[in-house]
Amino acid sequence: MSFRPIHDLHRRRLGRNIGLGLVLVALVSIVFGLTIVKVSNGGNIEAFDHVARPALVPKGEE
Amino acid sequence: MNELTQQVELNEAEFGDYFALLKPRVMSLVVFTAAVGLFIAPGYTHPFIAFTSILFIALGGGASGSLNMWFDHDIDAVMKRTKSRPVPSGRIKPGEALSFGMWLSFISVVMLGLASNFLAAGILAFTIFFYVVIYTMWLKRWTPQNIVIGGAAGAFPPLIGWAVATGGISHESIMMFLLIFLWTPPHFWALALFMNDEYTAAGVPMLTVTHGKLETRRKIVLYSLFLAPVALGLSFTSVGGLIYFVIAAVLNARFIYGAWALLRRDEEIANSDNYNQERKYFKQSLSYLFLHFLALALQSMWVKIGLEAWL
Repeated sequence: MSFRPIHDLHRRRLGRNIGLGLVLVALVSIVFGLTIVKVSNGGNIEAFDHVARPALVPKGEE
Repeated sequence: MNELTQQVELNEAEFGDYFALLKPRVMSLVVFTAAVGLFIAPGYTHPFIAFTSILFIALGGGASGSLNMWFDHDIDAVMKRTKSRPVPSGRIKPGEALSFGMWLSFISVVMLGLASNFLAAGILAFTIFFYVVIYTMWLKRWTPQNIVIGGAAGAFPPLIGWAVATGGISHESIMMFLLIFLWTPPHFWALALFMNDEYTAAGVPMLTVTHGKLETRRKIVLYSLFLAPVALGLSFTSVGGLIYFVIAAVLNARFIYGAWALLRRDEEIANSDNYNQERKYFKQSLSYLFLHFLALALQSMWVKIGLEAWL
């Protein structure tokens, strides 16, 4: 069995794969970070859900 | 493996080639002006929201760069300045640049909308459309007014930054837009003065090609005069102040004087010194815009740390 020597082509593909991997990790971290920020800053996070939600009814209308 | 496939494979793109499709140098200006627009806007924006918004504005700018390289790969191959770009050099296929640009446009607009608001995302989408369809596909090869109108595309980032922070558009953000919009023609005409041969070879109807260099020099003066009132006018809005006014006054005086000096230059002398002064003016125009936005940021910082009463 013989191993083919590593070609410049393989180096480029490895670089591309690592780069893409890092970009995907960054995207996931950003979406996660955004979720944390939005949830912790975002007041009322309940919304219309096809059933009556007493918590969403303004106080005066009860 | 025959010779042909070997040739194709040897030319395969690296990760950096995809990054080059985003026009990183243009992106740096987009990032800076959008960041200043966001920073000086009234109200509080969470730092993480601000960071991701600027990132996606930059990505949207990069996407339009990629679409531009897809459409322009034929003329990019002719011009010395652009022929080593990934598409004309054969490392990335035109179709790849197209789909890369389309996907990035979609991702950047949707993510900006989710991170901040859909007004900012809408302006970003319009910016990409304007740069790719209006400027690249339509104006660039058709009229010497290409960069005058097309300059709007580069002028949107501070408006988007402002919209991220405030959810709206105001006269301050429109004036920042106008500052870049009116700055673009003299900036690119200075470049065209010493790149004229390349634009002629590529068949791009720059003003230097269609109306000659003297007319271009005249127009540079004219636009530097249009630009000054807008630049100084920003001093009298809520984002301006004495610091900004002083810096803008100096920069505009220099810019107008530089334009005047270019107009008085003889074409033969310019040719003999390889357009030295025109090259300097081009560089000066870059620092002109950078320093204006830096001055706006400084002014805002001055007010935010409570030193307003001192000036």
